[in-house]
Amino acid sequence: MSAKAEALGGAGESKLSPQFHVAHHFDKADTQFDAGRMGVWLFLVTEILLFGGLFCAFAIFRSKYFPSFVEAHHHLDRVMGGINTIVLITSSFTMALAVRSAQKNETKKTTLLLAVTLACAAMFLVVKYFEYSHKIHDGLLPGGNFTAADFASGHPGIFFAIYFMMTGIHGVHVVIGMGLILWILLRNQKNEFSSRYYAPVENVGLYWHLVDLVWIFLFPLLYLVG
Amino acid sequence: MANTATVDELGHSPEVRGKNYLNQTAGVWSWLTTVDHKRIGIMYLVSVLVGFGLGGIFALLVRLELLTAKKTIMDATQYNQAFTLHGAAMVFLFIIPSIPASLGNFFLPLMIGAKDVAFPRLNLLSLYLFWIGAIFMLAAIVTGGVDTGWTFYVPYASGVSTTSVISATFGVFVMGFSSILTGLNFIVTLHKLRAPGMSWYRMPLFLWSLYATSIIQVLATPVLGITLLLLIFERAFHIGIFDPTLGGDPVLFQHFFWFYSHPAVYIMILPGMGVATEILTTHSKRRVFGYKAIAFSSVAIALVSFLVWGHHMFVSGQSELSSAIFSFLTFFVAIPSGVKMFNWLGTLWGGSIRFTVPMLYGIAFLFLFAIGGLTGLFLGTLSVDLHLHDTYFVVAHFHYVMMGSTAIAFFGGLHHWWPKMTGKMYDEKLARVGFALTFIGFNWTFFTQFILGTRGMPRRYYNYLDQFQPLHAFSTYGSWVLGTGFLITFICLARSLKSGAPAPANPWDSATLEWQTQSPPITENFEKAPIVTLDAYERPAEETA
Repeated sequence: MSAKAEALGGAGESKLSPQFHVAHHFDKADTQFDAGRMGVWLFLVTEILLFGGLFCAFAIFRSKYFPSFVEAHHHLDRVMGGINTIVLITSSFTMALAVRSAQKNETKKTTLLLAVTLACAAMFLVVKYFEYSHKIHDGLLPGGNFTAADFASGHPGIFFAIYFMMTGIHGVHVVIGMGLILWILLRNQKNEFSSRYYAPVENVGLYWHLVDLVWIFLFPLLYLVG
Repeated sequence: MANTATVDELGHSPEVRGKNYLNQTAGVWSWLTTVDHKRIGIMYLVSVLVGFGLGGIFALLVRLELLTAKKTIMDATQYNQAFTLHGAAMVFLFIIPSIPASLGNFFLPLMIGAKDVAFPRLNLLSLYLFWIGAIFMLAAIVTGGVDTGWTFYVPYASGVSTTSVISATFGVFVMGFSSILTGLNFIVTLHKLRAPGMSWYRMPLFLWSLYATSIIQVLATPVLGITLLLLIFERAFHIGIFDPTLGGDPVLFQHFFWFYSHPAVYIMILPGMGVATEILTTHSKRRVFGYKAIAFSSVAIALVSFLVWGHHMFVSGQSELSSAIFSFLTFFVAIPSGVKMFNWLGTLWGGSIRFTVPMLYGIAFLFLFAIGGLTGLFLGTLSVDLHLHDTYFVVAHFHYVMMGSTAIAFFGGLHHWWPKMTGKMYDEKLARVGFALTFIGFNWTFFTQFILGTRGMPRRYYNYLDQFQPLHAFSTYGSWVLGTGFLITFICLARSLKSGAPAPANPWDSATLEWQTQSPPITENFEKAPIVTLDAYERPAEETA
């Protein structure tokens, strides 16, 4: 607990999280912080491999059914996809700013920035909802459920299988991310974060950037190049 | 001991004497909510032993059915389910979590002089995820079984089979997360929580093997996750990715599956190699020969393991060029494996070998791994594999590696660390009997299957030609000896809990850190954080002189 004592005596650190502590098995706060961040980075690696399987399937089927992929991708709404890209990049930006303001003890600003991030995430899902219902309405569905007529090339269901799997799993990540952002928003309102302790904000931020990053690859691959 | 701060001979002040992680708190709830890596390790140990028992019962049933060439005790559908459940239980409920999650959880922090793993609550979560996954798998058994083989190949698993494939694969999916979280926890722990003075090259080699294992768990398991998710969606919603009638590609499933499952073979064997290293050095009282060679060979195996999955698919229709490349890369695995083998032998050379029970398992490991490893080279050779593919030769090969090496190392490690974990000594004589029957029964059962395989007996067949019957019957008799051996081992260990003599802190006179605290350890592991001043396996000067 010497780290806590040192923190309490730290120059100009009036605000300290009540939760601020070092778990018994860490020798100091820095080690705990580094360990947490390393854990999150490793987790992000697993996420990349999870999506990696789908990107791999995309590449294989794209080369196998190239005309079908080109034809099918014209049915995706570039405007909506583009809006969502801007929305997510904005949310990543506000998330980054939230981490910065948490580090600078600007609690209110952090709350505001996290709320904007949360709103962007929600907006992303709303746009996605309209896209999905449009696809479902047109019968542009995976594999055996594909019912849309007027397709010149074979097996367009494969493209939509990959589209729904990739955007669906990404969407689940957005929902989980919203839960995490809400969690740190509430903790922030309880004044738990400070320049001495902001690890959860930073770690949720890292996760959120990955969610954004995956979309930045999904958008051009699915919507633009087909 | 010079490498630990000492108060009494064990480093404990009078206040903690008599207290340990087992009696610190009591009651089921205190176990279910614990974040102590030792208790979590023990709960994993009990869980994987239950999984082993379950898989073992199915194994004995499969062998009993194969006693005669036609129907013996079950019909063909039940037989398909029995071998599937044997494989699935053994792979996912036993062998993947076996050494890392039980012995690894218990000893990794102790061996680096830490108080716990980096994320204790995550550790408990990973145990719960394992249980949840196991429940889904057991639910599959109750609600119609699974008959796809443990590999869940499509299109049979996605469309044809009428059994509970979704429940079983979802269980495996959830257990995958458990495996990932354990691996992630170990990597961070090894990076961040080593005691002062415990540099990377002072770590016991078991930890290097766990490190390499964790890398594979973290990098390969997510791919299995997405594969099983696609399979579940394929089966539930016909998304078509693996369905050839919808333009999908069943061979893609095999690529995805083996991209995980081949590295997973090294998730299974690397910890076993690590345990064997600890046993061989301790019970020959000799420092490990070629420390760095063994350490880096573990990492090398982990890396090469990602590049060889295609050797499971030589007859799947993949191109000859791919097959040739995969075959070539497969031979690469033999190099770090050979490095380990020669260094183990070098460790024994000139040592004062004590034939304790753990050492018997350690030496058995060397024999059985040599056979298992070398027969892998037969199968990695393209022209030979075309004949041996899907025969009992393959079955025998991977049982020599999975069971003969990993399970034997696991039981060796269990006997080696049992005094530390439970604070009890077991009956050496009975344990020797258990070992002897296991070793004899194992070779009896599975060496026979090498012969069956080379004569052309295909695996997974329910009925077979009469000419194979004598060898099949011989193998079945061996399985009874093997089963008896394990039963005696279990009885021996269970009895020690009740009537075993109290274990001293360091019964094997080992040089590693986990023996420098009392048996069983206190909840905090060490009363005073150890400061390490000696190299790996090095003994203080007055002892070596």
